[in-house]
Amino acid sequence: MPDFGLIVRQNQRKQDFYAKNYGDIMEFFFQQLTNGLTVGSIYALIALGYTMVYGVLKLINFAHGDLFTIGAFLGLTLLTSLGLTNNIGTVAGVIVLAIMVVALVAIIGALLEKTAYRPLRQSNRLSAVVSALGASIFFQNAIMLIYGARVRVFPQNILPSTAVNIFGLDIPVVRIGVFICSLVMMAGLYLFIQKTKVGTAIRAAAIDQGAAKLMGINVDRVIMIVFMIGPALGGAAGLMVGLYYGKIDFTMGWIYGLKAFTAAILGGIGNIPGAMLGGILLGVIEALGAAYISTAWKDGIAFLVLILILLIRPTGILGERVAEKV
Amino acid sequence: MLLEIENLKVKYGNVEALHGINFHVDEGEIVCILGANGAGKSTTLMALSGLVKASEGTITYNGEHINKARAHDIVKSGIAQVPEGRRVFGTLTVFENLKLGAFTCDDHDLSASTLEWIYKLFPILKEREQQLAGTLSGGEQQMLAIGRALMAQPKVLLLDEPSLGLAPLVIKTIFETVKEINSKGVTIILVEQNAKAALKLSNRGYVMEVGRLTMEDDADALLQNEGVRKAYLGG
Ligand SMILES: Nc1ncnc2c1ncn2[C@@H]1O[C@H](COP(=O)(O)OP(=O)(O)OP(=O)(O)O)[C@@H](O)[C@H]1O
Ligand SMILES: [Mg+2]
Repeated sequence: MPDFGLIVRQNQRKQDFYAKNYGDIMEFFFQQLTNGLTVGSIYALIALGYTMVYGVLKLINFAHGDLFTIGAFLGLTLLTSLGLTNNIGTVAGVIVLAIMVVALVAIIGALLEKTAYRPLRQSNRLSAVVSALGASIFFQNAIMLIYGARVRVFPQNILPSTAVNIFGLDIPVVRIGVFICSLVMMAGLYLFIQKTKVGTAIRAAAIDQGAAKLMGINVDRVIMIVFMIGPALGGAAGLMVGLYYGKIDFTMGWIYGLKAFTAAILGGIGNIPGAMLGGILLGVIEALGAAYISTAWKDGIAFLVLILILLIRPTGILGERVAEKV
Repeated sequence: MLLEIENLKVKYGNVEALHGINFHVDEGEIVCILGANGAGKSTTLMALSGLVKASEGTITYNGEHINKARAHDIVKSGIAQVPEGRRVFGTLTVFENLKLGAFTCDDHDLSASTLEWIYKLFPILKEREQQLAGTLSGGEQQMLAIGRALMAQPKVLLLDEPSLGLAPLVIKTIFETVKEINSKGVTIILVEQNAKAALKLSNRGYVMEVGRLTMEDDADALLQNEGVRKAYLGG
């Protein structure tokens, strides 16, 4: 005799599944979309580091993904050892934590530039690339030796697990928080680059280092500043990933780094608004692709995008906006 | 003497581009350096600006050795350069380019009056203030490059072939402006292929040949000189 109870339960589960995932097609779509926007904003933050360094040095900082990892692990250490969120409240605690992580990763970025890249500034491109790969291996191994090779878990219940209802859509507060924090950082960076004296100097050095020197710009300092801003944003992204997903491990920078790199290429490498656009676009493409094609293909989609962009428009979406007269 | 260059040698890798040159510039002068392609004129200016380093010799500016100084410190000390090929920042606006010229100046009021002066010298720059520098014509870009260098309020202005690729009328404007800049007390070193116009403008001139200075005289004398006439003035 068949176990009717089991069949009923199975049907129920199936119905729940459909109700949850396909019950409301629009809701499902928008959930994926908001998820994609949030993940994309994290890719964008990391992508900015690649693109800014490329802008001034024409070098891909392969260790950038690891700086992101360092941000996540430093966040975990500081969070658990200082207990900030318990002592001064959730919001203030997270803010102080973020400031500390950002500052520390920025310093590590500056040290990386000084030790791994500056001595090779005059040598050929390949030496710098090898040095970048070496730095990446160094960081990964250092993190593994300090924290171990296993997945580490962020303390639960630090951030509220509630959802807010927006236009009839239940969206987790944390998802919104991560998205807004990322946008605020990107807007801040954009204003800094566009409106300040140092920001303009960074853009000038990216166009023509020699001419920038003739303006009296200390190009070495500009490069160092870029190597602080990029890692600072990457470190903040690492911290947010830790807080948002709860799980981190020493290789996380590899896959995030590759995707952010893809995002930077997608937007046009060297182009700051391009990196923001590319990151968010990639996050959305990936989330929708995973939802409608297959989750198993989630990581593959990003690289499919990379290959397509390299074939169709290697300069990226915003690359080469202005043709320069010579 | 404002600038004194002694036995200056510059190497690119193993190749020596300047084989020990000597020259000097007095305050308020316009001095031109003439020479064929590849003679080492640009290299000389880049050495003065600190973008290439002297392998030997000294550069004395205002009584101080600056041959080891860093490029941005040299600009701050009062030597600005309008490089060969203009090298304006094409994706920045005209205004941003000019602002960058004043990067080393902290005094806002002074920069504002300098900007006003530059707009008077080149009114077209004011019209094109918000336009991207890369979209300017060649002559306008040259004006921007000069204006940008003036924003640093230099004591010495190095000009590397400002007439390159420009129409005769534009060249005339530029050379007249150079004269006017000089009349405001700015010392000028002018590198030119356009030898006749350059010599007419200058107080003194040097002739450079493959990494050596081979002639030095008053501009008028060089204009009359048989060798110079043959080599650089078309007979
Ligand atoms: N960056 C460089 N690397 C290697 N060699 C260089 C470099 N710049 C210049 N040279 C060489 O140094 C010599 C002098 O060049 P420089 O540009 O100073 O000449 P120039 O007198 O300004 O010529 P032009 O009138 O064509 O501008 C040339 O032989 C040139 O090939
Ligand atoms: Mg030259």
